Amino acid sequence: MTRRYQRLVMVLLMLGCVSLAVGFALRAFNGDLLYYITPTQLYEGHAPVRGQFRLGGIVEKGSVTRIPGSMTVRFTLTDFKHTVPVVYTGILPDLFRVGQGIVVRGRMVSGIFQATQVLAKHGAKYMPPGIHQPHPSPNEEKMLALKRDLGEGTKP
Amino acid sequence: MIAEIGVYALILALLLALSQSFFGLAGAATRRLRWMAVARPAAYGQLFFMALSYSCLTYLFVISDYSVRYVAKYSNPLMPFFYRVAGVWGAHEGSMMLWLLVLGIWTVLVAIFSRKLPVEFSSRVLGVLGVISSGFFLFTLLTSNPFVRMLPPALHGGTLNPILEDPLLVIHPPMLYMGYVGLSVAFSFSVAALISGRMDAAWARWTRPWTLAAWVFLTIGIILGSFWSYYELGWGGWWFWDPVENASFMPWLVATALIHSLAVSEKRGAFKSWTALLAIAGFSLSLLGTFLVRSGVLISIHAFALDPKRGMFILILLGVMTVLALILYLWRAPLLWNTGGGFHFLSRESFILFNNVLLIAGCGAVFLGTIYPLFIEVLGLGKISVGPPYFDHVFIPIMFPLFILIGIGPFVSWKRGTGSKIWRRIRWPFFFWFLAALTLILVAVRQNWPIETLLGTVFGVWVLLTALIEPVRRLVLRFRGEPARLTPSVLGMSIAHFGVGVVVLGITVSTTLGIWRDMPLKPGQSYQMAGFTYRFDRIRPARGHNWKGVRATFSIHQGRSSFAIVHPEKRRFFPDGGTTTNAAIVGGVLHDLFVSLGNPLGKGRWSIRFRYEPMVILVWLGGLIMALGGFLALCDRRYRIRFDEPPYLPLDGPGPSPDSGMESHS
Repeated sequence: MTRRYQRLVMVLLMLGCVSLAVGFALRAFNGDLLYYITPTQLYEGHAPVRGQFRLGGIVEKGSVTRIPGSMTVRFTLTDFKHTVPVVYTGILPDLFRVGQGIVVRGRMVSGIFQATQVLAKHGAKYMPPGIHQPHPSPNEEKMLALKRDLGEGTKP
Repeated sequence: MIAEIGVYALILALLLALSQSFFGLAGAATRRLRWMAVARPAAYGQLFFMALSYSCLTYLFVISDYSVRYVAKYSNPLMPFFYRVAGVWGAHEGSMMLWLLVLGIWTVLVAIFSRKLPVEFSSRVLGVLGVISSGFFLFTLLTSNPFVRMLPPALHGGTLNPILEDPLLVIHPPMLYMGYVGLSVAFSFSVAALISGRMDAAWARWTRPWTLAAWVFLTIGIILGSFWSYYELGWGGWWFWDPVENASFMPWLVATALIHSLAVSEKRGAFKSWTALLAIAGFSLSLLGTFLVRSGVLISIHAFALDPKRGMFILILLGVMTVLALILYLWRAPLLWNTGGGFHFLSRESFILFNNVLLIAGCGAVFLGTIYPLFIEVLGLGKISVGPPYFDHVFIPIMFPLFILIGIGPFVSWKRGTGSKIWRRIRWPFFFWFLAALTLILVAVRQNWPIETLLGTVFGVWVLLTALIEPVRRLVLRFRGEPARLTPSVLGMSIAHFGVGVVVLGITVSTTLGIWRDMPLKPGQSYQMAGFTYRFDRIRPARGHNWKGVRATFSIHQGRSSFAIVHPEKRRFFPDGGTTTNAAIVGGVLHDLFVSLGNPLGKGRWSIRFRYEPMVILVWLGGLIMALGGFLALCDRRYRIRFDEPPYLPLDGPGPSPDSGMESHS
C-alpha cells in the first residue's frame, strides 16, 4: 500500500466514524428530545400531538387527592392562568408539596395529563421556567421575613 | 477580625498571583533571569496566603460566627464538628475558596518539581498558572466573597442541604477539584510550549505525569460522586446524565484521550499539535463545567449559585482563556513539526489515533446533549430537555469500537505492526474469549437476556482478558528465567484497561438486568422480587441530632432462610425542614438489595421502592481499578526528576532515550 492510499483509508475510516456518530446523534435527537411547556401554552395548543413532553407548574392548593391505600395520586398544576389535571401512580419526590413548583413528564390522554415522572426541584425558591407568580407565596413571604431577620450584608 | 484577615490574605494572594503571572511571562519573553526568578517564590507566597485565608474561613465555620453572612447561611452548631469543617465547601463561595486552594497546591507542586526544567519554560508555565489563579481570585473577591459581614449578626444559623451531610461530601469535592484544576497544569504546559514554539519528546514526558495525576483524581472524584448519588439520593441509580455530571465527564474523556496522545508525542514525536489542542480543550471543558455549575443556567442538586452576575463573570473568564489559548494555538501550532515521520496503517499510532477520535466523538455527543437545550433556549426556540435516552443511544455505540481497540492496541508495534505478531500475542486470550462468548450466548438464551446484556458482557470479557496478556506474558517469561521486566507503566496500563472491562461489565449487568418496583404495603405484608421476599415488619418514629422522622423495619428472606434485616428511613431535618430518603442497602459482589421508603398512602400503607441491582458494585470498583492503574503508571521511574542531570537542561537537548518505557518487544 502506498502512503497516500493509507492516508486515504485512514481519513475515510475517520469520516465514517464521525458520520456514524452524527447519525446516531440526529436519530436520537429526533426521538429523545422532550419539549417543556406551561399550562397556558398547553391551552394555546403548543403541546406535541403525540409522544411525551414536560409540563411545569405549581401544585394547586387543595387539589391533591389520593384513593386511600393506593399509589395513584391526582392533583392539578397551575400557572395562575390555566390549570391542568394530572394523574400519577408511583412514589412522589420528598419535595413534592402544595404550592411547590414541579415538573411532570408524560402525555395528555383525554384532557388529563398522565404523568410517568414527577420532578420536584431543590430549593424553596424554585419556579418552573415560564411561570410567574402574581403575588408572593407563603414560601416567598417566609424567605422575605428571613432576609429581614438576617439583615443585608455589609462588606468588611 | 478573623474575617478581615481572611479578606486581606485573599487580596495579598491575588497580588502575588498577578506578579507571578507578570514576572513569569514577561520575564521569559524578555529573557530577564531576575524577573523569572520572581515567579517561583510568588507561587509559594500565593499558596501561603490562600491557605491562611482558607483557614480563616474554616475557623469562622467551626466557631459559627454569625456576623459573617456565608457562615450564618450554612454553619450551625447543631452540625457535628466534622461537617462544620467540610461545610466550608458545601456552597458556592466556599467551594470557590477550595478551588483556589487546590489551584495553589498544584501551582506549588509545579514550582517545586519544575526546578530542573529550563528556566524560561518553567517560568512561562508558572506565569500561565498565575493568570488562571488571578482570574479566579478576582472572581471570588468581586462576586462571591465569603467573608462579607452582616450587621446585625444573625441569631440563628442556616444549615447545609441535609443530603450534603455525608462523609463522602468530605472527599468528593476535593477529589473532583484536584482533577478539574489539575488539568490546568497540562493546559499551562501546552500554552507555555506554544509560546516558546518548541514542543518535543521531553515536553511530552514532563506533561504526562501531571495529566495522569489529574486524571487519577478526576476518576476518583467522579466515582465517589456516582457512589454518593447511589446511596444518598435514596432512589438508586448511579448516573443520570445530569448536566453537572456531564460537566465532569467531558473533561475526563478529553483527559483520557490526552494521556494516550501524549504517549505518542513522547515516544514518536507525532500528534504534537493535536496533543496541544487536547490539553487546551481539557481545561476549557473543566472551566465550562464550572460555568455550568456556578451560573445557575442549570438547576440540579449541584447548582447552588443562582446569580447571573457570577455566571457572566465565569463565562467571560472561560471565553477569554479559551479564545486566547486557541488564537495562540492557531498562530503557533504550524511550528510544531512532527519529528516521528509517518506511520503505517497498522501501527500503535493509528490505534491511538482511533482511540482519540472515538473518545472525542463521545465527548462531542455528550457536549451536544448538554449544551443543545441552552442554545435552543437562548435562540428563543422553546424549552427542551435532552434526556438520558439520548446519551444512551449516542454515547454507548461510540464506545463499543473502543472496547475492541483497547484489546489489540497495546500489542501493535509503533510505526509499523505486523498482523502475525499481533495474532501471536492475542491468540490465547482470543481463544478464551471465544469460549466465554459461547458460554455467555448459551446463558443468554437460557436466561432470556436482552441483547444489550449479551453484547456488553461479551465486550467486557474481551477487555478483561486482553488486559491480562502483558502481565501474564511477562510473568511467564520470568518464570522461565528469561529477562522480562514488568515496568510500572505497563502494569499500570494493564490494570487501568482491566478496570475498563470491570466497569463495562458492571454497567451492562446492573442496567440491563436490574429491576425495581414501587409497591403500596402496610406493616405485616410481604413482597417477592428476584428470589427475595421482603416482609414489612413495622414502622416507628425516630430521631437524630438534627432530624426527626420514621424508621421502617423489613426482614428479607431468600427462600426459607433469613437473609437480612434492614431499616430504611425518612428524615426531616430542622431548622429548615429539608427531607431525605435514606434507603437501606444490602451490598454484595453479586447483587445489591435496595429498599426505600416513599410516601404514606393512608390506611397505614406506605409506598415502598424495591430495587434489585446485580453487580452494581463493579461500576465503582472498576473505576477505582482504573485510578489505581493510573497511579501505578505515575510511579514509573522515568517520570522522576533526575538530580544527576544538569539543571536547566536545554529544552530540545537529549533527554533520556525515548524508547526506555513501555516497549520491550523482542
